[in-house]
Amino acid sequence: MSTREHNDLRQHRRTLTVNGEQRSVDVEDRKLLLDTLREDLELTGAHAGCEHGVCGACTVLLDGVPVRSCLMFVGQAEGHEIETVESLADGDELHPLQASFIENLGFQCGYCTPGMLLTAKEFLARNPDPTEEEAREAISGNLCRCTGYMGIVQSIMKAAAVMREESTPERGDA
Amino acid sequence: MKPPQFHYERPESVIGALGLLDSDGDRAKVLAGGQSLVALMNLRLASPEIVVDIGRLDDLRYVRATDSSLDIGALTTQATIERDASIADVCPLLAEAIGHIGHSAIRNRGTIGGSIAHADPAAELPLVLTALEGEVTVASSAGSRRIAAADFFHGFLMTAVEPNELVTEVSFPSAGENRGFAFEEFARRPGDFALVSVACRVDGDTDSVHSARVALGGVAHAAVVVEGLEDLRGASAEDAAAAAGEAAAAVAAVADIHGTTEYRRHLARKLTERAVRRALTPRS
Repeated sequence: MSTREHNDLRQHRRTLTVNGEQRSVDVEDRKLLLDTLREDLELTGAHAGCEHGVCGACTVLLDGVPVRSCLMFVGQAEGHEIETVESLADGDELHPLQASFIENLGFQCGYCTPGMLLTAKEFLARNPDPTEEEAREAISGNLCRCTGYMGIVQSIMKAAAVMREESTPERGDA
Repeated sequence: MKPPQFHYERPESVIGALGLLDSDGDRAKVLAGGQSLVALMNLRLASPEIVVDIGRLDDLRYVRATDSSLDIGALTTQATIERDASIADVCPLLAEAIGHIGHSAIRNRGTIGGSIAHADPAAELPLVLTALEGEVTVASSAGSRRIAAADFFHGFLMTAVEPNELVTEVSFPSAGENRGFAFEEFARRPGDFALVSVACRVDGDTDSVHSARVALGGVAHAAVVVEGLEDLRGASAEDAAAAAGEAAAAVAAVADIHGTTEYRRHLARKLTERAVRRALTPRS
């Protein structure tokens, strides 16, 4: 195997599966998944907060689980299913979590919000009837500078109730 | 901040990865989950010329319990370990420690091999491996070798892994009889790096403790085994906890912006007492 140039500025074609679609981009190897989503795919919901994995503003779902998109190079993301916050709404119909965050003061500036929504989505899929303590622990890797977290936890708890209601068959059905 | 340029390789097989490390290992860093390496590269604290992404090496993802050991493939994520209910029986200390690693999003990508190879002095997995006297298997194109934990961690972020080698498996001895285990950690906020952490294994039972093996994280450049607890001569749980705490407080501890030596030693004492007491509490 021959040695290669250190300063490899060449772009390579990467094909990512994002929100159910195959998307191809030409990017440098050092480009983070976060920046690829934001700049090359114009999915600006994932945010750059700390760029070293601490704040959670960059959170996306990878094969269904929350990951830090700032801690992945674009090449690592090939072959996986990526979901961003843009996948939550169904056209104009908001996801119950999104509706709940609006109703229950789950955000102010909105910077942490996409990360919170995706983290909460996966959390509720695993634990549809959580305690407040469990919800608080679930978002402990997502920092918020505005809200003091109470509105976020309430939004998650209330969304969980709505989602449990929606998944229960109507009374009277067989 | 953005990482500097590098050449990216993504081998499809262990043999392919070992070939790359043979020719260019001295200019390369292995990329597993990336939860430490990519962060360091983003901060430009690490600038390898070549990054070898081993994420496709599915052969290194497994959890195998045998009669004598728990063998885990290097690319097994911390989340996989956390969710594996069988590990709690075979290696309770590992099961207890794993949830302390960062946050769940970190554990979804972070791997056991990566954590061991990175060897952060405050990391949970190197501490557990040291406490339990586990082993690390490393491979090169010339073959593999097993390295005992005591010989594996050389210093701050330094291990016995050679530039042309890859960590392939991490092994923990099985729990054994008449033993208790406990893990304690103190950090300013949940998910922060540990200021001080304690992993302990106690032999004996509540009324008559034979010995304790206690290892401390966060006090030095690598995990430190506390000396003087090899023969506790049938001590009571309280006496054993006090003796262990005293011995832990005697270990030299670093001072830095996060804490003084005195504070770390105080934490070492308290967390060790707590861990030994808990390890001796019969499981309900």
